[in-house]
Amino acid sequence: MTIAALSTDQPAPGQAAWRRFRRHRLALAGAVIILVLVLGSAFGPYLLPFDDTYIDIMKRFAPPFAGAHILGTDELGRDVLARLMMGGRVSLSVGIVAMVMAMAVGIVVGAFAGFYGGVVGAVLMRLVDAVLCFPTIFLLLALAALTEPGPVTTTVLIAATAWMSVARIVEAQVRSLREREFAVAALAFGSSNLRIMFRELVPNAIAPIVVAATLNVAQAILLESYVSYLGYGIQPPAASWGNMLNNAQIYLTSAPWLAIAPGLAITLAVTSFNFLGDGLRDALDPRMNIP
Amino acid sequence: MARYVANRLAQAIMLLVIVSAIGFAILHLAPGGPLSQFAASAQMTQEDLDRVTKQLGLDRPLPIQYLDWFGRMLKGDWGRSYRDGEPVLTVISSHLGATLELMATATIIAVLLGCWIGILGALRRYSLFDTLATVGAMVALSIPTFWFGLVTIYVFSVKLGWLPAGNRETVGDGSLLDLLHHLIAPALVLALVETAMWGRFMRSSMLEVINQDYIRTARAKGMPEWRILTVHALRNALLPMITVAGLQFPTLLGGALVAETVFTWPGMGRLFLDSIGYRDYPVVMGILMFSAIMVLIGSLLADIFYAVVDPRIRVG
Repeated sequence: MTIAALSTDQPAPGQAAWRRFRRHRLALAGAVIILVLVLGSAFGPYLLPFDDTYIDIMKRFAPPFAGAHILGTDELGRDVLARLMMGGRVSLSVGIVAMVMAMAVGIVVGAFAGFYGGVVGAVLMRLVDAVLCFPTIFLLLALAALTEPGPVTTTVLIAATAWMSVARIVEAQVRSLREREFAVAALAFGSSNLRIMFRELVPNAIAPIVVAATLNVAQAILLESYVSYLGYGIQPPAASWGNMLNNAQIYLTSAPWLAIAPGLAITLAVTSFNFLGDGLRDALDPRMNIP
Repeated sequence: MARYVANRLAQAIMLLVIVSAIGFAILHLAPGGPLSQFAASAQMTQEDLDRVTKQLGLDRPLPIQYLDWFGRMLKGDWGRSYRDGEPVLTVISSHLGATLELMATATIIAVLLGCWIGILGALRRYSLFDTLATVGAMVALSIPTFWFGLVTIYVFSVKLGWLPAGNRETVGDGSLLDLLHHLIAPALVLALVETAMWGRFMRSSMLEVINQDYIRTARAKGMPEWRILTVHALRNALLPMITVAGLQFPTLLGGALVAETVFTWPGMGRLFLDSIGYRDYPVVMGILMFSAIMVLIGSLLADIFYAVVDPRIRVG
């Protein structure tokens, strides 16, 4: 048997993963929707003749699908579609940047705890357990109440309440990988601990980390919508999907479209990231395939 | 068993110390510290402020202050509300009943519905029902609870007029029927996410059990299928759900906060948000600590109860 014959029987791991991922139609749909939302938020505002913060008192509460304002206007006569797109920029950025921050903290804490174990590991992981005792929304709102609200604060605070699950995943991975031959070999070569941790062990745990990161974005977008809806996140006049719903309850009887559009956008984005994470889990690591 | 409980209890106490340290740190993060409310008042001169700081012992080193604060917390002295001067624990307990009522109702709905969907999905894996349930659960977990609440109000209160749009009772009525009528919408909204969670966990637990050797043995013995499912599979599949109940608790509390806000339900979550609005830090911190302690006790009870029903845990 030639090597070529062997290789056609056994597709490369990357190819196999791609094949498994492609089979997961909902994950693929999720990826496409995320792309559409990102492109729409990034370039959509340039295609619209309306500014998201332009107030037009003469055109308050214009209903959707009737006239120039495709999704209607809000209580100040601002174009809902323009606000939805600008809000998407804020909400998606907050979600992704918060994820990056949470991943950074979670990976560092998890790597140190898993690599050193013993007292260091115990202290770090008990800290993780303790922060997890606080219901996320309570902790997030308490912190938000004590600080100046704004996009940066909101992002940092969401990351501060979302790094723990990542730390747990990375800790477990690093703790088991540490004993493997390649890690022992790196140690024998005289690599420093830091180098072994972040050049050898963490990259080998990339599959669960990528899955956790994707699900983390979903969670962060959801949390942004909660704090902004409650008035402690992104502050008007800047739009976010969460704060567009801020006043929607008052106008529920007269202008229900104000509640529907942003809510659907949040649900669509969060569902897409969740399905994408699910598909990546199936594709990257069949062993993690928890039904 | 006694050793396991003692061990687990010691862990919980250690966690409580860390949790309280985090709470204390957050309290001192407040702009101006614990006295910010008074510092903002024009009635207070710097001299007054210095005197009060000394009186309250806020000039002492932080570790000493923390020990003092922790000791008073254990004794039930959680400080007083800035808003009305009531002791924090009194304020919290007067709102707790409404929250527990909402959470208990939502949990009952979620457990019954979620377990039923999960079991059926596992038994008919990859059937149309299972696929719809799996996709539906994922969507349910992605819908913002407050928005689902708004949609519920729009459909059932504004359009159909079947359910009240908020509050716990009609003023002047307050009969059992009236209370139940007000409970339906917020409980269902809170139950949505919970049902999805319970369904997912129940499905995977059931799938794991029905592939075990003892199920195959029972089948080989010629045991009727319904008996295999109820006696052997279900009983074992339900065990891990005890842990789920503990894990679910923080999500349930957070969801209750959101549902209470949308439906103006006079519970602890609503109190929390109002207190944030009034910058009533003692109550905000009190509820934050209270909810963390509830979570702590919840997971402790879940672990102990699990050990009681599953001997493998105690030994392992």
